Amino acid sequence: MTTVETAIGTAKTMVLNMGPQHPSTHGVLRVLLELDGENVVNAVPDLGYLHTGIEKSCEDKTYSQAITLTDRMDYLNPLGNNLVYCLAVEKLLGLEIPKRAQYIRVMMVELQRISSHLVWLGTHALDMGAMSVMLYCFREREEILKIFERFAGQRMMTSYIRIGGLALEPPAGWREQVKRFIDMMPSRVDEYEELLTNNRIWMARLKGVGYLPPETLIALSTTGPGLRAAGIPFDNRKAFPYCSYEEFEFNIPTRTESDSFARYLIRVQEIRESLKIIRQAMDKITDQGPIKAEAPGVIPPQREKMKTEMEALIYHFKIFTEGFSPPVGEVYQAVESPRGELGCFIASDGSPKPLRVHFRSPSFVNLQALPSMVKGQLIADTVASIGTIDIVLGEVDR
Amino acid sequence: MSELANANAPVVVDRLRAWNSEAIAGVIEHRGEITLVVPHKLLRAVARQCKEDPELAFNQLSDATCVDRFPAEPRFEMNYQLLSMSRSQRIRLRTTIGGQQPVVDSLEPVWPGANWMEREIFDLFGIRFEGHTDLRRILLPEGFEGAPLRRDYPVEGPR
Repeated sequence: MTTVETAIGTAKTMVLNMGPQHPSTHGVLRVLLELDGENVVNAVPDLGYLHTGIEKSCEDKTYSQAITLTDRMDYLNPLGNNLVYCLAVEKLLGLEIPKRAQYIRVMMVELQRISSHLVWLGTHALDMGAMSVMLYCFREREEILKIFERFAGQRMMTSYIRIGGLALEPPAGWREQVKRFIDMMPSRVDEYEELLTNNRIWMARLKGVGYLPPETLIALSTTGPGLRAAGIPFDNRKAFPYCSYEEFEFNIPTRTESDSFARYLIRVQEIRESLKIIRQAMDKITDQGPIKAEAPGVIPPQREKMKTEMEALIYHFKIFTEGFSPPVGEVYQAVESPRGELGCFIASDGSPKPLRVHFRSPSFVNLQALPSMVKGQLIADTVASIGTIDIVLGEVDR
Repeated sequence: MSELANANAPVVVDRLRAWNSEAIAGVIEHRGEITLVVPHKLLRAVARQCKEDPELAFNQLSDATCVDRFPAEPRFEMNYQLLSMSRSQRIRLRTTIGGQQPVVDSLEPVWPGANWMEREIFDLFGIRFEGHTDLRRILLPEGFEGAPLRRDYPVEGPR
């Protein structure tokens, strides 16, 4: 956080302070706008209001303890955060995860992607003055949160994905519940599109707003729907498949307009693609099979084994008192979060605590494009531009 | 860590060594990821070559971060994750910096996206970037003292 008044502001222009409590900044983002009448001359984002030092805290915890911290970064995508951290630790350990656990992971993060896009759509429509869409979106999101609650016991901070597999066996009757949701969802997405896609106010507010050419977006390290709306079909699920994504059939929706409207269409299309992936994942998930890798000393043993086997009891004690020590080295793992490339860099020095954990958060990096997006636009379009970048401030500030 | 087993590594290494024989001081392969150790002085030139050589085409900087190896010296290790979208390849550039007045060349002239990533490192590690256009704190408040992600900074904060 810095005072930015010194950087901008000349006699002709006026500096307007937008945020940190402005409703369209979705949290605590402050943007200093330099205005010439209604036109934005310059914009300087000011962050850090939610900085909690998660990366520093991770260094003081064992590898398994840090999972709960990752939930709290991007609170619209907690499962995705769990996933990237666990995949990075598993890569560091060289662990192979059972297929059944991988498919359940895929299903859960795709449900999470839908729920995140629903929150985005609802709140963005609210910013643009279409209040009813928010109520529809949150109605469907509730169904997803109910699924999470049954799987993990938690609606939001699930910590369901663990190092080596999953926390719990899927609950009884999960198939019917998920199936009911994915059968219902396509018609609900049609409903949102009916309300918005051909709505003249919606089009007038979004079309041509927040345009940036693809070269600029790549240079600014933008990823995710923002980049795909500019016609670049980059998606980590296809480019660097993880969790057996190579076995799934789905498309990467792209547009070429690179404006806010294109980003809206991409996200709606991604909801439909995610539904396809969930349907395939459900077919692949068997009723029986392991949900954790076989790795004594890293993954806590089963309860029953602890009562009959001495080694299991010793491993259990050691895992929870001192943790496990991955070999020395560094890894970088990237996944496709609803907002773009979510990366996790871990450096191990061979001790039970990581030497360094760094999260490459898509919100933080994508927000960099905001000043170039809003320069020359009207103030009201700034709201649309911030909205379509889709930032989660918990992840920006970490 | 073993030397060179990944099939894609030799191409990148050969290309860069052909361009400048001193460009790469070492190659580390760990868990299928390639790390190129670059001399401190050549960092920006190597980065520019990685981006502009059509055979390499690392068009995006995914991430930049620092690791503090305190009390070892040189203590700071800069890690840059490069991504080539057209060739679906990732590579890591690494350079080390000594603890006395840590300075390194900014990669902002090569990839403008490095701007905030380097501001974050400046903010949390206290490393200066030569040639950065806007080197200010980004996450911490202005009057904050110290660099909290350094290993010698206590987790619970200064007492």
